[in-house]
Parts: sequence; C-alpha cells; structure tokens
Amino acid sequence: MRSVMKIAAVAALGSLALTGCGSKPGSGTSGSGSSGATSAAKAVGKKINACMVLDTGGVDDRSFNQSSYDGMKAANKANPNISIKYVPSNSGADYTPNLTKLATGGCATVIGVGGLMSDNVKTAAKTYPKVHFAEVDAPGTGANFYGIQYNTAQAGFLGGYLAASLTKTGKVGTWGGLNIPPVTIYMDGFTEGVQYYNTQKKKNVQVLGWNEKSKKGTFSNSFTDQNKGKSVSQSMASNGADIIFPVAGGSGLGAGAAAQASGGKLKIMWVDTDGCVSAAQYCKYMVGSVTKNLSGGVQAYLKSSADGTYPTGNYIGTLANAGVGLVDDNNSQPAALKAELAKVKAGITSGSIKITSPSQPTS
Amino acid sequence: MSEQKAGGEPAVSTPESGSSKIETPDGGAGRLREVFRSDHPAVLTILAIVAAVVIGSILIIASDQATRTAASYFTAAPMDTFSAAWHAVSGAYVAIFEGSILNPSSLSSGDTATIFGPISETIVSATPLIFAGLSVTLAFRAGLFNIGAQGQILLAAIFAGYVGFSWHLPVVLHVIVAVLAGILGGALWAGLAGVLKAKTGAHEVITTIMLNYVALGLIQYLLGVHGFQAKPYNQAISPPVDHNALYPHLFGSALRANVAFLVAIAATVAVAWLLGRSTFGFRLRTVGANQDAARTAGISISRVYIVVMLIVGALAGLAGSAQVLGTSPQVTSDIDAGFGFDAITVSLLGRGSPIGTFWAGMLFGALRAGSVQLLASTNTPSDLVQVLQALIVLFIAAPGLVRLIFRLRRGAGGQTAVVAKGWNG
Repeated sequence: MRSVMKIAAVAALGSLALTGCGSKPGSGTSGSGSSGATSAAKAVGKKINACMVLDTGGVDDRSFNQSSYDGMKAANKANPNISIKYVPSNSGADYTPNLTKLATGGCATVIGVGGLMSDNVKTAAKTYPKVHFAEVDAPGTGANFYGIQYNTAQAGFLGGYLAASLTKTGKVGTWGGLNIPPVTIYMDGFTEGVQYYNTQKKKNVQVLGWNEKSKKGTFSNSFTDQNKGKSVSQSMASNGADIIFPVAGGSGLGAGAAAQASGGKLKIMWVDTDGCVSAAQYCKYMVGSVTKNLSGGVQAYLKSSADGTYPTGNYIGTLANAGVGLVDDNNSQPAALKAELAKVKAGITSGSIKITSPSQPTS
Repeated sequence: MSEQKAGGEPAVSTPESGSSKIETPDGGAGRLREVFRSDHPAVLTILAIVAAVVIGSILIIASDQATRTAASYFTAAPMDTFSAAWHAVSGAYVAIFEGSILNPSSLSSGDTATIFGPISETIVSATPLIFAGLSVTLAFRAGLFNIGAQGQILLAAIFAGYVGFSWHLPVVLHVIVAVLAGILGGALWAGLAGVLKAKTGAHEVITTIMLNYVALGLIQYLLGVHGFQAKPYNQAISPPVDHNALYPHLFGSALRANVAFLVAIAATVAVAWLLGRSTFGFRLRTVGANQDAARTAGISISRVYIVVMLIVGALAGLAGSAQVLGTSPQVTSDIDAGFGFDAITVSLLGRGSPIGTFWAGMLFGALRAGSVQLLASTNTPSDLVQVLQALIVLFIAAPGLVRLIFRLRRGAGGQTAVVAKGWNG
C-alpha cells in the first residue's frame, strides 16, 4: 500500500509542478461562466434540460453524432436557458439504458441520434409520457416523439446534375461506406441527377459505382478506412471517372487523397457537411458538397421546445427549407450552370421533377 | 472466492510450474499476516482490483477540469485542489456504485423498479458476459484460445433472431426453440474452428478471429436482404423478435433482468460439473495439460477438440440469444456489444474456474451498468470503466507486479494457475 501511496503522491506532485504557481481567480460567484456573461445570447422561455443519446462513433466523429450535438451547442449558445448534455453509446445494447437514465434523470427532452435506435426511443416515449423525445433520422409518432428526418436524395440529385455538367470524360463515380439506405439514398439522388442531366441535354454521362435498380454498387465497407477509400477511388478514376462522390464519412477522405495523388485531375464532391470546412486539407479538389443540416434541425427543435411548444410529428429537411443543400466549393459553378441548378432546385421543390429513390422519408 | 481451490487442482498445474521458485515463509510473522501477504489467487485478485481503482483515481483527477483549474493556483490555496480531486474521484466511484448496485436516494421513493433498477441492469450486462466468459474458460482448460466468441454470438443472434421474428409459435415453446437455434448457431461456428483444428491443425486463434470477420460480413449482408431486414428497409436492422420468443422478465416488466440470468447460473453449475466431475471433463483437462500424455493414455485429441469447440460455441450462442431474446430484441451488426472480447478478460479474471468466471462476469457487468450512471451524473468520461477493466486484467496477468507493489512474498503454495497454454500449445 505504501508504494501505491508513493506512486500516487509522485504523480500528483508531478502534475502540480507543471501548473501550480498561479494565483486563485476571484472567488465568489464563479460557477459556470456560461450563465450570465455572454452578451449576445438571450435567455428566453423556460429553463429546459436537453439531453442527447449519441449513436456509436463518439461525439467527435466528424459526422452525424458531431453535427447533431453541434445543434445542441448552438441552441445552448443562443439561449442559455437550454442546458445540454450528451451520453455516447458504445453499442446498440447501450441505447435503452442511456435513454432510461436520461429520461429518469431530469431531462425535459431526450434526443436520440441515428435511425437504429428508433424502436428503443419509441418504447421509451411510451414508458415516460412526460418526457419529450425526438430522434434524428427516424419518423416520429405520438404526442411526445418527434422525428427529424432529411430527404438527402434531393441534394444528391443537385450534386449529380452538377457533376454531370462538369465532367470532361463523360464518366462520374460514386461509392458508399455500406450498402444501407441512409448511404444509398445519396447515391440514388446522385444517379437520378445525372440521368436528368442526360435527358435534358441529350448527353450520355455514365455513373460508375451504383445501379439504382439492382441496388448494387461499390462500397468500401467502412466509414473509417481511408486506404480502402483511396483504392476504390483510384480504380474508378482508372475506369475513366473524373469526378467522384464518396458517401462514407471518414473513409471518404481516401477519395481526397486519390485526388491529391492524381495532381488534381480527379475532383471530388463531399457529403453531409461542407467539405471545405470539415475536410479542408482536400478543399482545393472539391467541386461541391452535398449537405445535410443536422445541427439546424436539432437547434430548431430545441428552440421551439424552449419557447414553450414541443413540436410533434415530423420535420423533414428538404431543399425548400434548406435542411439539405448543395454548397458550391471553389466557385465551380459558372453563372449559366448556377442558373440551371437553381431551376432544377425549383423543379424539385415544386414537384415537377420527381425523385424516385425508395429510401426517401415519407411521413 | 473459495472457488479458487477448484482452480488450483492438479490438472491445471503445468510442467513449467516446477521452475518457479518456492520460498518457505519465515516463521517469525503471524499467521494472519501470512494470509494477507501470501500470493493466494483470491488475495492477488482483490489487490489487482484495488491497484486498478487507485490508478483509475489518478486518471480521474488528471482528467478533471475543476481539479486542474484548482491545481493552477495550488500554492495559493492547496486545499482547493485536494477537495476538487476528492470530489471528482468520490463522485465517479459513487456514480458507478449507484448505477450498478443501489442508489440510496431512490430508497425514499419506495418504487421497487427504481430501487432495484441498478442491480437489474448489472444482471442484464453480466448475463452475456457470464455465458461468453464460460465459453472462453472451457476452451482455456482444454488448452484452446477461443477468440471467436464475437462471431459465435453474432451467428447465434442471426439464428435465434430469425426464429424469433419469422416463426410464430406458442408461449414457452417459442423461446425454447429460439434459444436452441441460438445454441446451434454458436456451436456450428465454433465447431467449424474445432474441426479445422482437429483435422488440419489450423490454429484456432487464427480461425476463430477470421470467423469473427466472416460472421460480421454475413450479418451485414443479411441486414440488407428483404426477409431479414425490417420494413421499410431503410435501416440495417431486423424486425423485432416476437413477444413469445423473449425471455420472460424476472421481476416484472419495469426491470429488464430476465430469465437468461437463471440460465447463466445453471450454465455455470453445468460447466463446473463438466470440468470437475465428468469423464469428458477429465479428458478435456488432460488434453489441456499435456497433449502427448493424453494421446499416450488413449484419448482421441481430435475428438476432444471438436466436442469442446461445439460446447464452447453453444455457450457463446447462449450469450447471443440472451442479447437478441432479451434486451436487444432486434438483430443489428453490433448485437455482440463487445461481449465477445470482454469475455476473454472475464475469463482471465476468473482464472479458468467456472465459478470465478461467474463472479468476474458479475463484476464486469456491474462496471458496465455503472458506466451509464457515470456518464449521466458526472463529468468523468465513461472510458474510465474500460480503463479500469483493462487495468484489472493487466494486474491479474502480471502477478509479479502486484507482488512488487504490495510487497507480497511468494506463498508456499506457489502455483499461479496457468489457464491456457501458449501459441504452440
């Protein structure tokens, strides 16, 4: 035991030696600085505890967990009366315990992230009728279960139209992390966008890596493996594709590496977030980013909740409400193309252009 | 931890144990002192846990923002640092306790579901760990490393889940058939490795690890196939298992603990009986201790390998069915929830004894359950729990380190149970 004490003491002293010489900051009502100091923020409405159960991958996954929690942070920053907290899940087995702990632990609203925990949230919403639940990427039901969904096929459609307009080889490529609908919905939209371009312009731009009818395509089978993403992208490039749209989170960075290795002959289109922000090292190879505004959806839900009304039913992010979109990176769109894209967008919004992907959220 | 006697029986002491130095205790010290300073396995296990908790505390302090802030003006107000550190450490361990055993503040509510919630969660997490831990333990005793519990759990979840959601049978019958399907799935997967080992000599470490990947690929594929994937086919998840196929709750529907835990207790007793009392158990231990001697004695090594792996897979299969027919009633590709690999550490902590594995499973189950509360009520990252688990196993695996820290001497008993043989065993 003595040895243990010694080790502990040495470790403690070591850490003190590095930092121990400051003076105590003004005592009194220090507490948490966020409560009063921020001037831009306005504390409005009632105080609510907003809590979030993340899916596997962690809060810093540069993907949907992070974007969703960013929405919480933004809501808290705009209105300090919304206090926020999250718990991550290590696997699907953690969903129910996490939801239960938060629902019984004083959270006014609990937001689940990711469609896989949909049934767990549904059950929790029945068990705890006084707590308001919401879920990202799944349809909501009942009085206390709100769905936050995104029709990303619409944004993918615009991306496909853009890629088809910009390709010089007449071939564009797309590949995914896994053959699951949240991924392939983008690839569906992208393919349909290219086909729409072909019928409009009487061209024959080909899509490598995805066949919407047979639901077969090219996948890296990982959302993290960059080398796999690079080799998949390079094989597409060697088959003639000069613009590639990876739908695979971190694995998609491999497409950026492939673009870099090609010396810029290969271009890429980023997914979910603005690539020039989230994957800035490859920004100069990007022609655009197909985005899904997760943080906006979460923030809007929390704002409404704090203002006094918990929304019910579903929010569906579309081009019309800017829940999904196409970001122009590197000014890739000449004025004429910009106008065309605006017309396509208007067509999708009005319904005159029909997107047929079966993965689109309906309710 | 009286079960350690079982762990020290002759069959597990290997030829190498003769090389360890045996010191006779000097007669001057008192008897009690001898007990506490011996390296009895139970003492070593407890001290390993103590050492892990102490190091865990240091990590909590180092990662605690309030403590670091206070430490920056340590010379001005030293007590602030200590109180912040104490607050962080005690808060974390109290949260783990409250999340896994009992939350005192719930007593006043008088609601049984709230009072017994934590212990129920411990049971829920411990059940698959016990099954999978027993699976690894049994393999260890036959001289085999089963790294494939993850794949066996996945296969069992596929089988049990499919029977659970696509067949519609009467109450009682449905859950039994589904559990048997899970056992079959796990046994097939591990049996494959057993046959490869027995017939071709392919090392089971390699084959079981590779079969994990195959199982993962298989489940990911199936979750994209209509008939296995849930409508409207927009998530990689299966339909929910029929209510009839679920393990009944033990203490009412408000608590998640279910009958699978009773099955786990029964499995522990069965494995203990198999190892200690049955003829096959004797053969198994003989093969595990010394293959050549076993062959000379007329034991068919290849048959023992195949049968052991079938049983090992069946046990892991029970872990998979406890998941899919218990608390996670939809098949997903992470339905194994890391139990397959935690099982190896549980089995190490249990030192190759079934009863030891049971209690190790309970401890790790409690840590898992406690980690949820840790997340919800403190700022300490839940990764602490994984660090604690890793440290415990590290100290168990390096008894010399524990002896050094706590100044233990080697006891007269001297034997450190070697639970499995090395790479070329």
